[in-house]
Amino acid sequence: MKKKGLLGAGICVLAAWVSLVNAQELEGTLKKVADSGSITVGHRDGGIPFSYYDDKQQPVGYAMDLCGKVVDAVKAKLGKPDLKVEYVPVTGTTRIPLLANGTIDMECGTTTNNAERQRQVAFSTTYFVAGVRIMAKKADHITSLQDLKGKTIVTPAGTTSVRLLNEANNKDDLGMRILSAKDNAEALLTVETGRAVAYVFDDVSLAGVIASSRSPEIWEIVGDALSVEPYGIMLRRNDAQFKALADETLGALYASGEINAIYDKWFLQPIPPRGILMNLPMSEQLKKVVAAPTDSADPQVYQ
Amino acid sequence: MDYTWNWSALWSLSLDGRLTYFETLLLGLAWTLATALSAFVLALLVGSLLGVMRSAPVAWMNRVGACFVELFRNVPLLVQMFLWYFVLPELLPDAAGDWLKQLPDAQFYTAVLCLGCYHGARVAEVVRSGLGSLSRGQGMAGQALGLTLPQTYRYVLLPMAYRIVVPTLTSEFLSTTKNTSVALAIGLVELTASARAMQEGTFQVFEAFAVATVLYLALNLVIVFLMRVLERKAQVPGYVSGHEKGGR
Repeated sequence: MKKKGLLGAGICVLAAWVSLVNAQELEGTLKKVADSGSITVGHRDGGIPFSYYDDKQQPVGYAMDLCGKVVDAVKAKLGKPDLKVEYVPVTGTTRIPLLANGTIDMECGTTTNNAERQRQVAFSTTYFVAGVRIMAKKADHITSLQDLKGKTIVTPAGTTSVRLLNEANNKDDLGMRILSAKDNAEALLTVETGRAVAYVFDDVSLAGVIASSRSPEIWEIVGDALSVEPYGIMLRRNDAQFKALADETLGALYASGEINAIYDKWFLQPIPPRGILMNLPMSEQLKKVVAAPTDSADPQVYQ
Repeated sequence: MDYTWNWSALWSLSLDGRLTYFETLLLGLAWTLATALSAFVLALLVGSLLGVMRSAPVAWMNRVGACFVELFRNVPLLVQMFLWYFVLPELLPDAAGDWLKQLPDAQFYTAVLCLGCYHGARVAEVVRSGLGSLSRGQGMAGQALGLTLPQTYRYVLLPMAYRIVVPTLTSEFLSTTKNTSVALAIGLVELTASARAMQEGTFQVFEAFAVATVLYLALNLVIVFLMRVLERKAQVPGYVSGHEKGGR
């Protein structure tokens, strides 16, 4: 009797051990999520159409849909369909500390993947490729940076646009006065009130700003892209298991063509809260990424 | 905490292609200092004028002073900053509005004006309480000597009141310095804005704000030190207890 019990226990332990090895030991974020029974998604509050609040104060958007797929994959992998999903709004300043201290497990917004930032965080496969371009009033007939010589322009502080504009100023002696804005809303006010003649930033953000402005018809986005800005889901560094899961999920969406439906939903159809239309067909650069997924921070890869 | 410290990011080239991030932080400190000093000087002028108006025995002056003080100290500073910068030029005639918008360093002048009025309203209350703490006999004595009301304020009341309120003005000066950070909302690249720019560029958020914190602290300690010297020089012997022993 006693012997049988011991044998049974032994088999149980062995079975548990085998299943554990098969399931691959969890580590990093996946282990944390499995232990705590909840996963936390960081989102932005005004990143139209990537990650923003709709009329019910729920975070929605293109990036939120993609992150939702990653969350589904986490549920499947951990075998926990009732995993709790929490949403935490983050800003440009809070996203790093909150990711580092474990408050959020991933950030879904408009964060550009670049080499400098990769020293601090990791990025999933690229899900959008933006280009830095110029937003100006149609009446001003601006077509390139040359037309902005000696004029005042505005751009968000600390972005790659600042570097591009300074380089252009130094190289071509353009003498543009560069105002720095805190966010999209302030930048829009600055060009609307005539304090600056142009707003230079990622084209997709510009499209969002125009769509949400009071009179969208007076604005246009002009000029060649001054640079490319690959966006990705921001993850913790050295968290290979979770990053692999996120990359696989996005890769599967790209391979199956499901990405096209999600893209169209946010960029070609009216979106909440006011039914605005981004009207931004998928760029050649993003089509290339969908064909051959990459998480590279090197702009050359996307040209 | 899964954070990669990298203090060397401070020495890497910033987005303007010429200065390192540390140098941009120092440049931000310079703007903070310039804004704080100009705004505090303006606040002293505005505050003195309004403080006198509120204490003077003239009814309409009291009312004007009270309206200004209650308006400027009860509206949030951030809202005032937006009103000065974005709304004021639209209310002016077109030519004046355009001139204002094209003004170089408009953010700096706007910030000084806004902080000057906000802290001016607070300094007015300080000056008024200073004047109120003087015994009524002083004003009466001045008038009995044949001084006009302005002369009584100029030669008798204000010299005493200022000397009494120096310690309170020290706090007001420190607040002005700290409140310059609100000006980042209208695009003034002062110390906090420089730290934010560094954090956006490098993602080294703690390094950027740690340096900014130390610089703010150092700046304010210098102000405290200088104001203490002034306090000691300005103290009225026997007027405020504890001063003789250098208790402050």
